[in-house]
Amino acid sequence: MISLGIEGTAWSLSVAAVNEDDILAIESKPYVPKEGGIHPREAAQHHSENIGSLIKRIFSKVRPEEIDVISFSQGPGMGPCLRIVATAARVLALKLERPLIGVNHCLAHLEAGRWKTEAKNPVTLYVSGGNSQIIARRGGRYRVFGETLDIGIGNALDKLARHMGLKHPGGPKIEKLARSGKKYYELPYVVKGMDFSFSGMVTAAQRLFDGGVEREDVAYSFQETAFAMLTEVSERAMAYLDTDELLLVGGVGANSRLQEMLGIMCEDRNARFYAPPKQMMGDNGAMIAYLGLLMYKHGYVTKISESTVKPDFRIEEVEVNWE
Amino acid sequence: MSVQIYLGGEAEVRIYDNFVEKIRRKKRYRIGELDSILRKSRTKTEARIISVARKNGVPTPIILDVEGEKILMERIKGDPVKKIMNAEISKEIGRMVARLHNAGIIHGDITPMNMIFSEGKTYFIDFGLGFFDDRIEAKGVDVHIYFESLKASYDDWSELKDAFIEGYLTYPKAKDVLKRVEEIEERGRYVERRMKS
Repeated sequence: MISLGIEGTAWSLSVAAVNEDDILAIESKPYVPKEGGIHPREAAQHHSENIGSLIKRIFSKVRPEEIDVISFSQGPGMGPCLRIVATAARVLALKLERPLIGVNHCLAHLEAGRWKTEAKNPVTLYVSGGNSQIIARRGGRYRVFGETLDIGIGNALDKLARHMGLKHPGGPKIEKLARSGKKYYELPYVVKGMDFSFSGMVTAAQRLFDGGVEREDVAYSFQETAFAMLTEVSERAMAYLDTDELLLVGGVGANSRLQEMLGIMCEDRNARFYAPPKQMMGDNGAMIAYLGLLMYKHGYVTKISESTVKPDFRIEEVEVNWE
Repeated sequence: MSVQIYLGGEAEVRIYDNFVEKIRRKKRYRIGELDSILRKSRTKTEARIISVARKNGVPTPIILDVEGEKILMERIKGDPVKKIMNAEISKEIGRMVARLHNAGIIHGDITPMNMIFSEGKTYFIDFGLGFFDDRIEAKGVDVHIYFESLKASYDDWSELKDAFIEGYLTYPKAKDVLKRVEEIEERGRYVERRMKS
């Protein structure tokens, strides 16, 4: 069976076709802001200008009539971007006379992570621009056990990067700088139960930079503090749920220092640490296509009348009937 | 002497027949500077908070000794609240959190996992993430964390939440805090809407 998936909740625009085992084709064209952060309307404009050609390129590799189901990310995300994606998906479903599946973007990250690793029933750390959550399955739903009380780790990294004159996306640039950082400056370490917060840290790190501290040391101190927080809450969730598997997903998951810290933590508690390949980490069409395929096989279909976008779509809202 | 070892997110807890040892061991995943700051400050603060909480009528274990990154305390024998949770206990938790907040203590991790029910009393056994703060905001986040932990673990969380509120209303500023809790929930959603990427 083949599923076509469209992702475009924020800056990433990506279309892919997958079957049960692998990615058959993937085409992406991310929106890059000229300056500053993401502007939702500009991003939507970018999506509407490029989605047609991405779909055409997929169809040059996988024939339209071979496709069994059309999947799209229904939320959470920026309304204007989501509407472009949903419209394109509806048109394809009607035109090809195929069922439509609206999927939850966060759940797609998680299920694609399980798809591309050996993780069975893990605690999942999901870290991206706007999302930073600790998720685990409990019965027929996934539950959020901990999350950021303000901004996501990716946005925190971007804000700090912009303040230090680095362009979007800031995460990889901070990572590179941090590698040559040497001196640790204490920053607010905010962990409350399994929740955490980053905005105070960003402000404090920006002040360090304004006060003349080297960019490398700011980046280093920031990463060490923020990632220690994420590792600590992951460990707490694993202890609480008595789980010996941790899965890392989301764009910030590509950071090798974060992977290293989580790996050490797991090693020290005899647990297994899983991270999917880098191309699966960031927002991509393949994860949407895969979750759509999984859901379709388990009896889910989204009627056109129920396909309106859900900017605040929470992972807990999805009933999960698969293993 | 038998010992059970529990590896929490933040400390190792060794449970002996009559006492409990809480050790904040070095975490290899974090750099030495940060590791030592966290272990020392949390141990010191925790010992202090436990004694202040007791003085304010909140059932806690008695501290027997504090040494570096190690706290030795009395062992409370009873049932884990996580397993026997009901509305009556949630209401009692509300009354105890009211006492903590009245004393300016933020627990930092109010979840059923951190409590033991023994001889009719609900003991708070883990103040590892606690701190002193008298602001409404800190108290709001404290209560918010409890509500989130109920949602994550119990299907009848709504009833347990109402019971907690009933008990918590014994705190004079409870209404202000509960109003802030609603704002914190809203804020989360707003941030999600705006910052999604």
